[in-house]
Amino acid sequence: MSSNSFAYSEQSGGGEATELGQEATSTISPSGAFGLFSSDLKKNEDLKQMLESSKDSAKLDAMKRIVGMMAKGKNASELFPAVVKNVASKNIEIKKLVYVYLVRHAEEQQDLALLSISTFQRALKDPNQLIRASALRVLSSIRVPIIVPIMMLAIKEAAADLSPYVRKNAAHAIQKLYSLDPEQKEMLIEVIEKLLKDKSTLVAGSVVMAFEEVCPDRIDLIHKNYRKLCNLLVDVEEWGQVVIIHMLTRYARTQFVSPWTEDEGLENNEKNFYESDDEEKEKTDKRKKPYVMDPDHRLLIRNTKPLLQSRNAAVVMAVAQLFWHISPKSEAGIISKSLVRLLRSNREVQYIVLQNIATMSIQRKGMFEPYLKSFYVRSTDPTMIKTLKLEILTNLANEANISTLLREFQTYVKSQDKQFAAATIQAIGRCATNISEVTDTCLNGLVCLLSNRDEIVVAESVVVIKKLLQMQPAQHGEIIKHMAKLLDSITVPVARASILWLIGENCERVPKIAPDVLRKMAKSFTSEDDLVKLQILNLGAKLYLTNSRQTKLLTQYILNLGKYDQNYDIRDRTRFIRQLIVPNERSGALSKYAKKIFLAQKPAPLLESPFKDRDHFQLGTLSHTLNTKATGYLELSNWPEVAPDPSVRNVEVIELAKEWTPAGKTKKETPSKKFYSESEEEGSSSDSNSDSESESGSKSGEQSEEGNSSDDSSEDSSSESGSGSESEVENQRTAKKNSKNKRKSDSEDGEKEHEKSKTSESSNAESSSVEESSSDSETESESDSASESRKVTKEKEKTRQDRNPVPKDVSLLDLDDFNLVSTPVALPMPALRPSLIADLEGLNLSASSAVINVSTPVFVPMKTHVMLHRMSGKGLAAHYYFPRQPCIFGDKMVSVQVTLNNTTDRKIENIHIGEKKLPTGMQMHVFNPIESLEPEGSITVSMGIDFCDSTQTASFQLCTKDDCFNVSIQPPVGELLLPVAMSEKDFKKEQGMLTGMNETSTIIIAAPQNFTPPVILQKIVNVANVGVVPSGQDNIHRYEELKFQAL
Amino acid sequence: MIHSLFLINSSGDIFLEKHWKSVVSRSVCDYFFEAQERATEAENVPPVIPTPHHYLLSVYRHKIFFVAVIQTEVPPLFVIEFLHRVVDTFQDYFGVCSEPVIKDNVVVVYEVLEEMLDNGFPLATESNILKELIKPPTILRTVVNTITGSTNVGDQLPTGQLSVVPWRRTGVKYTNNEAYFDVIEEIDAIIDKSGSTITAEIQGVIDACVKLTGMPDLTLSFMNPRLLDDVSFHPCVRFKRWESERILSFIPPDGNFRLLSYHVSAQNLVAIPVYVKHSISFRDSSSLGRFEITVGPKQTMGKAIEGVTVTSQMPKGVLNMSLTPSQGTHTFDPVTKMLSWDVGKINPQKLPSLKGTMSLQAGASKPDENPTINLQFKIQQLAISGLKVNRLDMYGEKYKPFKGIKYMTKAGKFQVRT
Repeated sequence: MSSNSFAYSEQSGGGEATELGQEATSTISPSGAFGLFSSDLKKNEDLKQMLESSKDSAKLDAMKRIVGMMAKGKNASELFPAVVKNVASKNIEIKKLVYVYLVRHAEEQQDLALLSISTFQRALKDPNQLIRASALRVLSSIRVPIIVPIMMLAIKEAAADLSPYVRKNAAHAIQKLYSLDPEQKEMLIEVIEKLLKDKSTLVAGSVVMAFEEVCPDRIDLIHKNYRKLCNLLVDVEEWGQVVIIHMLTRYARTQFVSPWTEDEGLENNEKNFYESDDEEKEKTDKRKKPYVMDPDHRLLIRNTKPLLQSRNAAVVMAVAQLFWHISPKSEAGIISKSLVRLLRSNREVQYIVLQNIATMSIQRKGMFEPYLKSFYVRSTDPTMIKTLKLEILTNLANEANISTLLREFQTYVKSQDKQFAAATIQAIGRCATNISEVTDTCLNGLVCLLSNRDEIVVAESVVVIKKLLQMQPAQHGEIIKHMAKLLDSITVPVARASILWLIGENCERVPKIAPDVLRKMAKSFTSEDDLVKLQILNLGAKLYLTNSRQTKLLTQYILNLGKYDQNYDIRDRTRFIRQLIVPNERSGALSKYAKKIFLAQKPAPLLESPFKDRDHFQLGTLSHTLNTKATGYLELSNWPEVAPDPSVRNVEVIELAKEWTPAGKTKKETPSKKFYSESEEEGSSSDSNSDSESESGSKSGEQSEEGNSSDDSSEDSSSESGSGSESEVENQRTAKKNSKNKRKSDSEDGEKEHEKSKTSESSNAESSSVEESSSDSETESESDSASESRKVTKEKEKTRQDRNPVPKDVSLLDLDDFNLVSTPVALPMPALRPSLIADLEGLNLSASSAVINVSTPVFVPMKTHVMLHRMSGKGLAAHYYFPRQPCIFGDKMVSVQVTLNNTTDRKIENIHIGEKKLPTGMQMHVFNPIESLEPEGSITVSMGIDFCDSTQTASFQLCTKDDCFNVSIQPPVGELLLPVAMSEKDFKKEQGMLTGMNETSTIIIAAPQNFTPPVILQKIVNVANVGVVPSGQDNIHRYEELKFQAL
Repeated sequence: MIHSLFLINSSGDIFLEKHWKSVVSRSVCDYFFEAQERATEAENVPPVIPTPHHYLLSVYRHKIFFVAVIQTEVPPLFVIEFLHRVVDTFQDYFGVCSEPVIKDNVVVVYEVLEEMLDNGFPLATESNILKELIKPPTILRTVVNTITGSTNVGDQLPTGQLSVVPWRRTGVKYTNNEAYFDVIEEIDAIIDKSGSTITAEIQGVIDACVKLTGMPDLTLSFMNPRLLDDVSFHPCVRFKRWESERILSFIPPDGNFRLLSYHVSAQNLVAIPVYVKHSISFRDSSSLGRFEITVGPKQTMGKAIEGVTVTSQMPKGVLNMSLTPSQGTHTFDPVTKMLSWDVGKINPQKLPSLKGTMSLQAGASKPDENPTINLQFKIQQLAISGLKVNRLDMYGEKYKPFKGIKYMTKAGKFQVRT
């Protein structure tokens, strides 16, 4: 220690030796530093010197020590001036540590803290967004009131920053400024309003947090952003999700009418839980017309549902409470599964979740009944978890499961954890009162427990039995006698008091025992607990009234003892009883009624769940957990009777409105289901021919997803309840239709596509249909080949029809820029690429048939390749495929169709091809720039690339208005080929000429079921654009085309 | 939201404090200590403690209490989940999360905490991003840092936070590209005295270790996805794809992460791979009790059961036990009354057993309940639910990764009542 300080003090002298010494200390690192600086102020001097040194390592070391002090809770504010000087340090770690220090101590040293402000102000203008963000973060964390205007300015600027990350930090800064100076509220609300409009997922969570903190009552700010928030929710980071969901729950309760229908309410006996009675009545009148859920209400429920699958327990709980508070009761059931899943988590999570389940299980038993066994107690659970589980089990008990439960309870009663055993006995008591069938069984069981060796168990049993007996018309003299005997042994005051009370109440049924008990009690009166003393007094009074001959003296003796008791309660009670029961000259009319007063029928106590009264708190909140209103708790309002104007949520952006109108029209014409699946299909594989059609389709898809028109949502729900098979048929039809007017995907893809739409359709429907579809998929994967071949034949048939529009297309364009082609039927020379022509020249082309006829390519489902993934393309996705059509841009080119998708929520403008990096000789015909692409929209463009008969990659840039993405297209060999029609003879001849270098042969082993001509054919044409040569022999198929071999 | 964080060790010392808003005096922890005293056992300390001006939310892990101080209404799970995330991050950074380790790395801890919360609201909780911001300490780096004076604070600014895939850091490069997936299933069960199953459930997780270059896009499909009753995903998994096709499609984080946790529906009968035969008897008259347990395999699908450990909390009346195991070692702690028997592998030909006598407190009455037996075991290469991964494909990158899938079944909370 001393050597360290020695090294430091010498340090100012400089030189090699000191530096070495310093290095040695830095390896000792902060842990050693704790002891070092704990007391001695002199050490602070050393630190100051280190901070002022010119070496970064010394500064860093000093800062590390200071952080160590802060962590320990030591006051390091004395070093403030020395530290603050380093705020502009070049070393990033020093800088960060200085920030940490500054944020912690600036409050105490306000004037000095101002020295650092200019550094941050400068950083706020930095071109790097991350530096801007961190500057704002630190600046706003310095709690110095003088800089409020500077902060305000910085926040305003940052809120308009281009970077969403900076805007996120601005949202955080709002809360900090608000807590520093609440006067700024109005200005801050303006910023919040602006940020709420932000479409970035990064910002959403933080700004809603700021909203909740600053102006939770300004619900009007949410209207316009409601739909956007719902739609963004899934992509927001998990912490933001929690905040947004809680906010939206409150919002929904003010804006929508109650979805809880009468029947459900009655079923649960809790219908007017949130409403007062007359409100309910009014509602009944209103309910004459059927309830239709607001589509926005539905939107919220639908968009939060996937979040039940979150790994974050807080998110799951947030969704669960949302469903509980705002969804129709029939739909809330899905949350139970997810909540039960959380029970596997850590003890603390379990504790909170169980508490919430306990509250829920009181109101809607049915929700958790299937999971009864998940709440069985393990001996290793902590006591608090055990009691909560027990509470839930008790709530869930009904006639059907009570016998199983009681058996389970028997095990718990024997638990070594006596506190838990006692709780179990209470639980049994509650079951006994709630379920009349088992009352006697429970009572007998409890009586058996009276002979338990453990006193706590016995005492608890006594208390519970007392309550049970009180509810029953007394025919249990035996039990009372038994309990009277227990008085000799039992010492727990509550139990003794209970027994005494019971005997007093039933003193006329046990006339022999009661006076004797009183006699015993009179003897031990002075040593009893206060609770017991009170009951002795009561017992005495009751006996005095019923059996004064035997007990008059005893009672008076007890009353005398009570008169001088230390406890004033007992003295009071004594005085009161004496006046009442002992007749004297001054006693009034009351003593006549003494018997009635003491021995009146008393209402039986209700054994209720301790969670009964928690339900007025929103679930999942701190207030619910504590069962008291926490600071800042926001009450969940009752459902409004009449929904406020839903149009406030309409966003008046023109483009969106435009989108909706045509979709709305089509909607009325076509049934929604068909529509839905069609849009699904088309969204993924759209065609240039049916461009306009697919666009409207995808729009409608989007629209139905957003659920903006009310008829849409009702149709939606009808499709949900619709049977799975129906939707399947529907799907098949659309699928067929699709394949008819489209050149479609390779068969596997198609299958999948189909499958996808099918499952997505039926996912909301009954589970049976889900099962069906998934079983489908299994069989499909097994008999893949079979279905494939079937598909092929079908597809072939269609190919013929398909041809019609396509050649027309080509010929139309022919007129403009396809002049090279002399005859549309035969394309002799152009069909071959130059290199190949050279080849063929050497091979004496004339010897074979004079012309090479390009045959129509065999139709195969096309295979799309990813050009630009949406993740890397900032939302712009691009896929390409080879349509196997003669290219219209040039005979040497291979035509490529590129489908562009916009997966973002804003328009992408000016999509064009930028810089090309093509290998020599390669050429490319680019598509015309696309002005703009709507959100969720897609467009297909064609381009031509001359690959020079090689598989070289064509790289180029795909540019939008803001960004450029490097993409590339690499053709599979098969796509470079062109099928040619020729006779078998010609084929053999050509083949003969191509032997040697140009020949490749392989042996393919195929499974027998795959060895049928159509299958092989299909497989081959899938890979390469070739045609079939008619063959004499059955087993030999020739997939020719010269190039195929030539390559 | 979260005002301050205090770390408290088992002896009740506050060894670290961090404040995100104004400083809250550490005396607020007195309320916590009070509750701790009342609770007797650490795990019975209530996770939420109200005090006059603050609320204390705590988690207890690795013998450390992480106590968060909050002032206003906030979903308690939000804070608790966050605290657990903090512990996970520490574990990820330092390998273990213990008092000495945290004290040694106090600077890194402070830097990490500073990044995790801003004004009490979580900012960066993905370990991939944090590691880009602040590099975890390694021995090599510590040495290098002291010599060169360089730092463990990342000098390039984190871009991951800004991307659409915030869980993955950018510019990942590996020479060996590999992706390993461990399917681990745990059986939670309560077995009754007579050997019949009272309740049994399977909880599974898929833990992944993915070291792939660039931005790979993976899909993982199952042979029998219908088995999965309830699932929860890492945020990287595309939910829509799962809904429609039951395929896990995701861009993985770099390194270790939990891809999925699932629950196998309770409707499916759960195969219980082991049975326990027991005869534990106390007699009223004598001060000796008899104790005998045998463990044997039941439905193991032909796989060996390994790593078997039997633990049991004996009643307080038991003073000592003299037992002889047929294999493995056993210990009995006369203070905590905890019996543990490390069995090892079960040989089906010669079943392991533990026999002997217990000496009871003289004069005390016999305990009413026989002790519960807790079982731990492992079965390699078996997922007891029958879940099977069908295939794993990678898109978006050109290289061929090395892929591996491992199955394992473990006992979760496996209790046998006697």
